[in-house]
Amino acid sequence: MIQTAVATWTVLGHILPELLLIGIGVLLIGCDLFIPRQRQVLPWLMVIGCITALIMVLGARPVTAFGGMFLVDGYAMVFKTICLGAVILTALSSEPFWQVFGARQGEYYSLLLFSLVGMLLMASAGDLMVLYLGLELMALPVYALVGMHKRDQRTSEAAVKYFLMGAFASALLLFGMSFLYGLTGTTEIGRIAELIVSMQLDANPALLAALGLLLAGLCFKVAVAPFHFWTPDVYEGAPTLVTAFMSVGPKAAGFAIFGRVLLYGLPQLQNHWGPILAVLALLTMAVGNITALCQHSLKRMLAYSSIAHAGYALLGLLAGTDEGMAATVAYLVIYLFMNFGAFAVLMLLAAPGQSREALDACKGLASRHPAIAALMLVFLFSLTGIPPTGGFIGKFYLLRAAFIAGYPLTVVGAVLFSAISAFFYLRVVRLMYMSDADDPVTLTCSPAMGAVLCVCLAGTLGLGLFPGFLLNWIVAALAGN
Amino acid sequence: MSMPLLSILIFFPILGGLSLLCVSRQHIATIRTMALLVSLVELCLTLTLVLLFDRSTHEMQFVEQSPWIPALHVNYSLGIDGISILFLLLTALIIVLSVLVSWESIGSKVAEFFIAMLLLEGAMMGVFCATDCILFYIFWEAMLIPMFLIIGIWGGPNRIYATIKFFLYTLVGSLLMLVGIIILYEYGGRTFDIRQLAEQAYPLKLQLVLFWAFFAAFAVKVPMWPVHTWLPDAHTEAPTAGSVILAGVLIKMGAYGFLRFSLPILPDATQQMALPMLVLSVIAIVYGAIICLAQTDLKRLIAYSSVSHMGFVTLGLFVLNQRGLEGSILQMINHGIVTGALFLAVGMVYKRTHTREIAAYGGLASVMPVYAGFFLLLTLAAVGLPGTNGFIGEFLILLGGFECQPWSAVIAASSLILGAWYMLWLYQRIFFGAVKAEMVGLAQLSPREIITLAPMAILILWIGLYPNGLLSFLHVPVAHLLNQVHGAGLSGAALLPGVAPLP
Repeated sequence: MIQTAVATWTVLGHILPELLLIGIGVLLIGCDLFIPRQRQVLPWLMVIGCITALIMVLGARPVTAFGGMFLVDGYAMVFKTICLGAVILTALSSEPFWQVFGARQGEYYSLLLFSLVGMLLMASAGDLMVLYLGLELMALPVYALVGMHKRDQRTSEAAVKYFLMGAFASALLLFGMSFLYGLTGTTEIGRIAELIVSMQLDANPALLAALGLLLAGLCFKVAVAPFHFWTPDVYEGAPTLVTAFMSVGPKAAGFAIFGRVLLYGLPQLQNHWGPILAVLALLTMAVGNITALCQHSLKRMLAYSSIAHAGYALLGLLAGTDEGMAATVAYLVIYLFMNFGAFAVLMLLAAPGQSREALDACKGLASRHPAIAALMLVFLFSLTGIPPTGGFIGKFYLLRAAFIAGYPLTVVGAVLFSAISAFFYLRVVRLMYMSDADDPVTLTCSPAMGAVLCVCLAGTLGLGLFPGFLLNWIVAALAGN
Repeated sequence: MSMPLLSILIFFPILGGLSLLCVSRQHIATIRTMALLVSLVELCLTLTLVLLFDRSTHEMQFVEQSPWIPALHVNYSLGIDGISILFLLLTALIIVLSVLVSWESIGSKVAEFFIAMLLLEGAMMGVFCATDCILFYIFWEAMLIPMFLIIGIWGGPNRIYATIKFFLYTLVGSLLMLVGIIILYEYGGRTFDIRQLAEQAYPLKLQLVLFWAFFAAFAVKVPMWPVHTWLPDAHTEAPTAGSVILAGVLIKMGAYGFLRFSLPILPDATQQMALPMLVLSVIAIVYGAIICLAQTDLKRLIAYSSVSHMGFVTLGLFVLNQRGLEGSILQMINHGIVTGALFLAVGMVYKRTHTREIAAYGGLASVMPVYAGFFLLLTLAAVGLPGTNGFIGEFLILLGGFECQPWSAVIAASSLILGAWYMLWLYQRIFFGAVKAEMVGLAQLSPREIITLAPMAILILWIGLYPNGLLSFLHVPVAHLLNQVHGAGLSGAALLPGVAPLP
């Protein structure tokens, strides 16, 4: 049964935030072309647009638009909030970052915005077509963003690698979707779940093949082992700001479609994908944490750590329940603040002509810049999962969810790997506080960067001390479906 | 109580510590004075609590409860009983003395040091006050951060190795405890409240799993043999104040954890596992004492003596009778005082000589007579001479041991001889004999140093002569605790594992 929706102007109201952002994206290109002297307004225009969109998203009434293709529900709202938050933080730190590197490119902001629209579509996708559309809209601008440093070989390599890998992953995903369509005759995610029950497809080998292909494609997108090989190189090669953005925004959007497909589209196959994801989560934590141990570059270390964190975030999906999903969402919110904070400190370390991405760059930071070192300390302890930071609350919620889902051994594995992770996070703390600097460098912290760091600190510590509000909000939003 | 006294107790040092951030970093004298003031006010607060405390009930007092994370069923619930109040008092006292002993010995990053110390104090207070598992865990782990920094930044030459070892050992143990807490939550009716969890009966197999999960955290912290190896490194490399806090309070938390979690919540498993625990305790007692004889480093020797003394504490815990438990808790306080004071004393002499090698010392008694007097008292208390507090604790533990498993008491008692051997030998090597050339002309103890040691000396004699002052706090809660252990499930004291029927 295919529903046909009559397109009226009122329907557009439901996608107003997306339309607004597209409008601003186009406007930014225009501003960049015609009033190049006023470029400093671009990030502010963008931040204002994102905040307006955020208010619209938070205030939107739950609705199913475009015949079920576009869902405005609590699930979409929480993920959209995370993606908007990630872009706001990125936009705020853009100006100081590009000043250091001297590469001022107006299209950067529009690319970021178009990617954001893609992420919002992914969060709202109620149909495999919209889901794929959003995914590609998110990914294409990011391929270009990764290659922003045109003259840096590493960057070009990263961009090409990311593009090829991304295209490959999209193909896998599309292949899986075509199987689903072939079996059920619909691309609407909710209908697929109903049809699997009514047509008793749950033991059909073709459906299992579809599941496998979808899982592989999704795991590529959120960098879950063994589909993570692109991550370290791309994260290391991309400009630090883009890496920071990629590690929080697109990853959250990836988890949005991950959850949407598995929880809403294939809940009957939970006994198949649950154990697979449990194994993949453990493998991801193992690969991320153990490989991070032997990195010499702080940026690459954070790249591996972000792989490991994808493994933790998977734990919430295992149960296939709203409660478990709430744990993943809560973790992604907290992860946004702590990971972006750590990357922001890394951006501060950079200077014109020197990227200073090695671990040694933070030697003796505490003596020169006690405040920045203290911030980094908080972010790193939060990434380790030590209370009273948000990282602990997030991890605890995930472990609880995984235990309730019936995976006690996965939980034990997760805590052991998080103990291993302590070693490499602590190494940075050790270098900052317990070693002397090789070459005394003074860092400059612009007001915008200061604001980003303050927001990240407030998020990391605030969510550690008073997480009740956030968790209630997420649980209520997810239960509202 | 209308005043949230316990919250004040926890957050006053934290806020006090953070207020040091407002002081300009050049005004070191102001920073020190403020830190001292904060710790003194905290001590006064604790004393107020002691005066208001009702000794006749085992119920939690000064209870505070409010929902904290409703989505996870975590409450902000605090409360203390007769057991925890003694530790609060000990903590407050130790911190005051640690501030005093760090007055001049900490030269760099002074503000950071005192901030770390006061944050640590707040977290330690929180551990002893929390009656919600997750709140307890949060304070328990939060302690790690300041302690990691204290050892790692202001410690000795090998500090980085020591502090990372300390951090990782403790973290692995704690994380396993976190898994245990989550399991307990699932099977205990979805609550994290320690009292509610203790009221329920769990199947024996589950209890055993949980017992070992909690054991991982607590045994590392105590530390019990064979997971004690972080302790000598951490104690040796930490700055004086760090060693004092470690020995005085931090390692007591392991035993406190056994008292709060393992005994009341997992009574059957505790009885089943009492025998292995006694064996581990006795090994720790004898092993620690023998290792002490071979040490050439002053702080390392005291660190290993801690292993031995904490063996007595766990022995007292797992004999599971009134005398043993009371003795064990008292011995924790005693050990905090005596070993804390020994580290203070060692710190004072280290500041003058800059060596911890025992062989470098000699004839100190004629150079620093007042110091020698204090050290003698501490040595005798560590050995357990009647009249000092060490005697009371060890004697009670041994009595308890004879009632339950005589062999354990016999072996433990015989190792007291080893204790006397290594401590008196240490005293002889340092204070008697010919005066070494480097020892000539060392400064006498300053009034500030005497003020630092005097409270410890007074406490040693006071507890030694009138132990009931502290024991009176313990009678009721310990009796209640034993009811919880013996009341449920298996009857009688500590059955052998093989005898107990498996479900």
